[in-house]
Amino acid sequence: MARFEYAPAPESRAVVSLRSSYGLFIDGAFVEPVDGGSFNTISPATEEVLAEVALAGAGDVERAVAAARRAQREVWAPMPGAERGKYLFRVARIIQERARELAVLESLDNGKPIRESRDVDVPLAAAHFFYYAGWADKLDYAGFGPAPRPLGVAGQIIPWNFPLLMAAWKLAPALATGSTCVLKPAETTPLSALLLAEIFQQAELPPGVVNILTGDGATGAALVARRDLDKVAFTGSTEVGKAIQRELAGTRTRLSLELGGKAANIVFEDAPLSQAIEGIVNGIFFNQGHVCCAGSRLLVQESVAEGVLDALKERLGTLRLGDPLDKNTDIGAINSGRQLDKIVELAASGEREGAERWSPSCAIPERGYWFPPTIFTGVAPSQRIAREEIFGPVLSVLTFRTPDEAVQKANNTTYGLSAGVWTEKGSRILWMADRLRAGVVWANTFNRFDPTSPFGGYRESGFGREGGRHGLEEYLDA
Amino acid sequence: MSTAGDQLRVVASGEMAPAQVGAALAEVTSSETALRRFLAGLPGVDQVGADQRAAALATRSIKAAAKAWAIDTAISMVDLTTLEGADTPGKVHALCMKAGRPDPEDPSVPPVAAVCVYPDLVGVARSALGSSPVKVASVATAFPSGRASRAVKLADVRDALEAGADEVDMVIDRGAFLAGHYGRVLEEVQAVKAACGPAHLKVILETGELATYDNVRRASWTAMLAGADFIKTSTGKVAPASTLPVGLVMLEAVRDFAAATGRLVGVKFAGGIRSTKDAIRYLVLANEVAGEAWLEPELLRLGASSLLNDLLMQRRKQRTGAYAGSQDFSVE
Amino acid sequence: MPEGRLAVNKTYKLYVAGAFPRSESGRSYPVHAADGALLANAALASRKDLRDAVVAARAAQPKWARTTAYNRGQVLYRIAEMLEERAAQFAEQVARSEGLAGAEAGRLVAASVDRLVYYAGWSDKLAQIAGAANPVAGPYFNFSLPEPTGVIGVVAPPGSSLLGLVSVLAPVIVTGNAAVVVASEERPVPAVTFAEVLATSDVPGGVVNLLTGRLAELAPVLAAHRDVDGLDLCGISEQDAAALERAAADNVKRVLRREVAPDWERRPSPRRMLHFVETKTVWHPIGA
Repeated sequence: MARFEYAPAPESRAVVSLRSSYGLFIDGAFVEPVDGGSFNTISPATEEVLAEVALAGAGDVERAVAAARRAQREVWAPMPGAERGKYLFRVARIIQERARELAVLESLDNGKPIRESRDVDVPLAAAHFFYYAGWADKLDYAGFGPAPRPLGVAGQIIPWNFPLLMAAWKLAPALATGSTCVLKPAETTPLSALLLAEIFQQAELPPGVVNILTGDGATGAALVARRDLDKVAFTGSTEVGKAIQRELAGTRTRLSLELGGKAANIVFEDAPLSQAIEGIVNGIFFNQGHVCCAGSRLLVQESVAEGVLDALKERLGTLRLGDPLDKNTDIGAINSGRQLDKIVELAASGEREGAERWSPSCAIPERGYWFPPTIFTGVAPSQRIAREEIFGPVLSVLTFRTPDEAVQKANNTTYGLSAGVWTEKGSRILWMADRLRAGVVWANTFNRFDPTSPFGGYRESGFGREGGRHGLEEYLDA
Repeated sequence: MSTAGDQLRVVASGEMAPAQVGAALAEVTSSETALRRFLAGLPGVDQVGADQRAAALATRSIKAAAKAWAIDTAISMVDLTTLEGADTPGKVHALCMKAGRPDPEDPSVPPVAAVCVYPDLVGVARSALGSSPVKVASVATAFPSGRASRAVKLADVRDALEAGADEVDMVIDRGAFLAGHYGRVLEEVQAVKAACGPAHLKVILETGELATYDNVRRASWTAMLAGADFIKTSTGKVAPASTLPVGLVMLEAVRDFAAATGRLVGVKFAGGIRSTKDAIRYLVLANEVAGEAWLEPELLRLGASSLLNDLLMQRRKQRTGAYAGSQDFSVE
Repeated sequence: MPEGRLAVNKTYKLYVAGAFPRSESGRSYPVHAADGALLANAALASRKDLRDAVVAARAAQPKWARTTAYNRGQVLYRIAEMLEERAAQFAEQVARSEGLAGAEAGRLVAASVDRLVYYAGWSDKLAQIAGAANPVAGPYFNFSLPEPTGVIGVVAPPGSSLLGLVSVLAPVIVTGNAAVVVASEERPVPAVTFAEVLATSDVPGGVVNLLTGRLAELAPVLAAHRDVDGLDLCGISEQDAAALERAAADNVKRVLRREVAPDWERRPSPRRMLHFVETKTVWHPIGA
């Protein structure tokens, strides 16, 4: 037994008042779905049913899009930008006020550690609204020509890994431009978006400006299948992204896609090693590795590979896996049984294909979906664990000898979302950044996000940018 | 070509047999040039990353039994300190009484680790403490500035030892360090260590004057290579004194030094640690960065004065459920 | 007000380093409403008060500049929130000071709130429109960024006692400058009350310092002060401007000249902000 055993320090659930069932948020009100469908959302850490949630069908999609269209034409687009901005500032402020409630709900529904939902997801969501609020009356200065007009109505489909934050990434820039939204949260994580809907009500956002349709893949498909959207924004798997791109072929609907990744985190021998270890850990074990830009491939220079791996393993021994609501938890639950199966299958393939598997000893709770932090060494570039996105806490370690080789290996993927470079040599950071085919390059840090900073991928990681000044263009008719 | 920097990488990676390690370290300290190369070869510390790691560890939530354990452990690690120009035998006597029995109403409160005073008051502390397990620590070497000749510094150390000090807290020559004369710093620590004999030597880096984390790491290694039993953050006379990121860098240094040499060097955090929350954060830091081996007074100290009463107040709160009053414990 | 109860009147003081001191000179001057009634005795700031204000601004500026743009935006938004909450009080003071009907004054207060919100939004965007990555012809990464100029002296507009003040102050501080403001000489009451809003809005002490008094006494000292980096002469008359600009040249102050006929209700461009920032360009080699 450890000398200093941290006692359980659970965040109180009392701050969240869950309803037993939730309707769809259409035209400013919670309504029953047209066809009466529903599904349960559970806590992945305990498999406890949290609430029953409405399942939107094609009829609900039609209602929501109609409400969004009307609100866009009649209210939201004609409104002065400064007034639109003030609504968004209000939303940002209420998110800040109800931060703990949102964080607890997010951790309950998603399984992520409260430390992350509290310190990352929720503050960043508020910051996104705050940032884009300020753009609403400054669009003339955004660099897309004089008097840019709002694009119109956007259909937005978001994933389960950062449910609230992804909603903020989608909604805030769209609303700032004068566009309106139909947002479809992920099937396994609908609750924070519904609380966000309550926040919109509290902020007195005009009805129809944001509509939230909970549902499954079919709901998303029904949304994309409509021909009267001006824009579809999708964050999720590359497979679904490609299907959406095919679906929209031949239409005038604008599209942005933020898809999968297989990022290289490249550690040179002259790196600040202690911080690099932290960056590797943060890169792949943040949010259980459910991060499209996760540093899932560690490329370490051969001259320091052994020392880095030893230090990394020692560090992994201090990670605390367990109750997402415990304030000391570092690694929470895998979001769903389906995702767990996928991680298990890919990890097994790694062993089959000859890579060496290692995990620290850590107790796995009996109920819920869990996967220990895992490292594969001796990974060959041809193996599945080096090529396919695992979307879990699994790190594949490869080595390199020269900067050129690092670039070549890093770019040897069909993805191109992000990359990390660790070296104390500034000129090499920029040289690497020049050559890496990735939408975001982190130097001596990893997994940093900011509303002012554009985010998005190269190649099969998608196109379009979210965040920053660039994020506005996706929703402007300029 | 094998440089000292290369050797360090091998040393720090723990891939060397103990005999080789000894030889490698001897070579590193053999000349100013070798030492400089060795220190320059240490991996850099990224300031932003170090700050973030320290801040993340500061969010650990220590409750219930863990907190009770941490409070008692922290009390047992306190170097109860008075280092004022206005110190008198009376003040030191009072401090010693407090050190041996911090809460007279509750004998289950452990004694602190040591009292820390100026050399001329060591004798007073020694006789006040009698057979108590509490050690007498004395600052020396022209504390806090260290601006005196080697002879004066060594005389200062001898004074303290002759008066009965168990532990000596020396300051490094920051001027020499910042001017790049690492060898001079090393030699001086070696000389003081030799003068100390069996007494424990704590080497104060005065990290507030070293300014960068890279310097903190280099100074830590210099002190450890010279034979320090402890490395210590600050005199308490310079702001900033002890901070969590500096603590992080020093704990990494002792961890790496232990991995390379097998010798465990202690760490003393001093200056600005006033609350139980601060103290627990340092314990968490030590636990998660250096490892649980460091969670004992032999390897971890908290140099403080007002901290002790806050620990006592929190301890009583843990037991009774009610917050203690500001006058519930003696003020020395 | 209950019959026979004597009202407790507020003492109007200066705002320096986050505190509300009287003038070190012990002087004050009567301030009248537009209708001639006595409104208050305002502190009559001296050269020494101005010197203290500059010291406070200099001390506060570096930390304010290092505060993240996001946080500075939050602080400006907080000022807007606090101003909105006291809108009725400000409307009354603006109405009396400027001789306006209540509704008109209310509109100006609302515009002042919105003006603060407008500038709050600029905090983390100005660098995105005024900065650049420059494609130099060589293996260098080259970028330019706006940085705050430092301590800015602001002579507030004489007429528009609140909206004018907010419109010249917000663009100075949002980018990370600290300000020494000389309020409208004839209409200082809303300005002093606005300082109370600043003091309760997370604005660090010293970032804004506000003096009331005689322009003729204060403006030349401000213009000549060598630890002031920039000067907004908005509130200076045509005939006084040249002398102040000449004094400002001694340490090459960035001077924003008064506008001929400023329209405070029109939505501003980023011009005022850009006047009090410096562009810094950084070169860095690119190589393996």
